[in-house]
Amino acid sequence: MSAFRAILAKDLLVELRTLQSVPAMALFALTTFVLFRFGLDRESLEGSLAAGVILATVLFAAILAVNRLFVAEREEGGFDAIRLAPVDPAALFVAKAVALVTYLALLQALALPAFGFLFLDDWAGLLPLAGVLLLADAGIAAVGVLVSAIGVNSRARELIVPLLLLPLLVPVMIAAAGAAEPLLAAGGPDYDGVGRWIAMLALYDAVFGAIGYAVYDFLLED
Amino acid sequence: MVSDEVASSQGTLARAGETEGEVAVRASALGRAFGDLVALRDVSFELAAGQTLAVLGPNGSGKTTLVRILATLLRPTEGGVEVLGAELPGRAWRVRGRIGLVGHEPLLYRDLTVAENLAFHSRLHRVEGAAERIAELLAKVRMERRAGELVRNLSAGMAQRVAVCRAVLHRPELLLLDEPRSHLDPEAAAMVEPLIGRESGLTRVVVSHDVGAALAESDRALVLAAGGEVAYEGSAGGVSPGDARAAYGGRP
Repeated sequence: MSAFRAILAKDLLVELRTLQSVPAMALFALTTFVLFRFGLDRESLEGSLAAGVILATVLFAAILAVNRLFVAEREEGGFDAIRLAPVDPAALFVAKAVALVTYLALLQALALPAFGFLFLDDWAGLLPLAGVLLLADAGIAAVGVLVSAIGVNSRARELIVPLLLLPLLVPVMIAAAGAAEPLLAAGGPDYDGVGRWIAMLALYDAVFGAIGYAVYDFLLED
Repeated sequence: MVSDEVASSQGTLARAGETEGEVAVRASALGRAFGDLVALRDVSFELAAGQTLAVLGPNGSGKTTLVRILATLLRPTEGGVEVLGAELPGRAWRVRGRIGLVGHEPLLYRDLTVAENLAFHSRLHRVEGAAERIAELLAKVRMERRAGELVRNLSAGMAQRVAVCRAVLHRPELLLLDEPRSHLDPEAAAMVEPLIGRESGLTRVVVSHDVGAALAESDRALVLAAGGEVAYEGSAGGVSPGDARAAYGGRP
C-alpha cells in the first residue's frame, strides 16, 4: 500500500508540475469537438450520435496520456528503481491505472461542460453520463497501462499504443455507447436498459483489471 | 599472468586464491545472451561478505550485464547465481531492498526535487526515520542546500552524488557500483567514499575502467575479456595493473 501511494503521489506531483498529459488531452478534446461541430454541421446532437462524439473524443484523447504513462520510468530509470525495491510490481500497475483514471476524470470535468455547451439542448443526461464515463475510464486504464508497458520499450511507441489499445477497447466503446445513448436521448435521459450496459462495463473492468494484475510482473522483466 | 589466460584457447576459468568467510555472491557458469549476441559466457566466482570484487574489462565485455543480473534486473540465460543467500531469479524478491545500485543512470526523476526523489525512494524501501536519514546523507555529500532543487537543474556530478545517497538510503548489505565515480571531481569522489568506498564495510562489486584504483580497493578481481569470457578470477593482489590492461587489448 505504501508503494502504491508513493508511486501515485509521485505521478500526480510530476503531472501537476509539468502539465504534460491533462492539458494536452483537454486541448485535443476541445479541438475535436469544434471539428465535429463544423464537420457534422449540427447545432445539437442527441442519442447515438452524441454518445459516439463524446466517447470517440475521450478514447482518442486517452491515447495521449497512455503514450506518456511510462516515459519517465523508461527515460529516468524509474523501472529499475522500483524493481530494486521490495515492492509488489502490481503496486506499479494499480498506481499507474489510478493515475490514468484521475487524468481521464480531470479531462472529463473539463470536456463535458464544453460538450454540453457545443452540442446539447438538455444537460440533464450529463451527470449520469459522467458516471458511465468513469466506468469506461477504469477499463481504458486497465488496458492502457498494460499496452503502455508493452509499448514503452519500443521506438514505435506512438504507433504501437493505438494499434494495440483501440481494438482491445472496442467492447468498452460498445458498452459505454450503449449506456450513453439513452442518457443523451432527445427529450431527456431514459434509464431503461442502461443497467445492462453498465454491468458489461463493470465486467470488462474486472476482467482486464485482474489480467493486468496477474501479468504485469512479466511485462516488467528485462 | 592475465595476458596468458586471455590468450588461452581453452577458455578455462583461471582462479587465484580462495574466497574466505560467508559467501555473499556466488555465480556458477553464468551466461546471458541477447538473441544471438552473447554478452556474458561461463562466468563463475564467489565473493565473501564484507569483501570487494573489482570487475574489469573492455567495453562490451559484459560488466554492466553482470551487474544487472546481480541486481535482479536481468535474468541469466545460463548458469546460476546466488545473492545474499537467495537464488536468482527465483527468489529475487528476498534480496530486493538489500542491494544498493549506482549505475550509469542516477535513477532519479528529473521533475522532482532532490528531497522529493529521496523521499520517494525511502517510501519504496520503507526506510524508518526517512527525513533524518535523507538529511544526514545530503549533508555527507554536501547537497543539503540543494535539497529543494529539481534534479533536472543539477550538474551530472551533483546528480551522481544524489544517486549515491539514493543507493545507500535503505542501508543495503550489497553495493553494486558500475562506474560510481564517473562525473565526480576528486573532491566529490572523496565525499562519497565513506558511503560507497571500502570504509563503508559493505560487500561491494565495483565496475571500473580505472584499473589501478579498482584493484587497490578490492579483495578479489574478475577480468572479463571481449565477448564476456572470464580472463581472470581470483585475488586482486594476484593481478597487476599491467596484466589487467592487457585484457583490454593494450600493452601491459
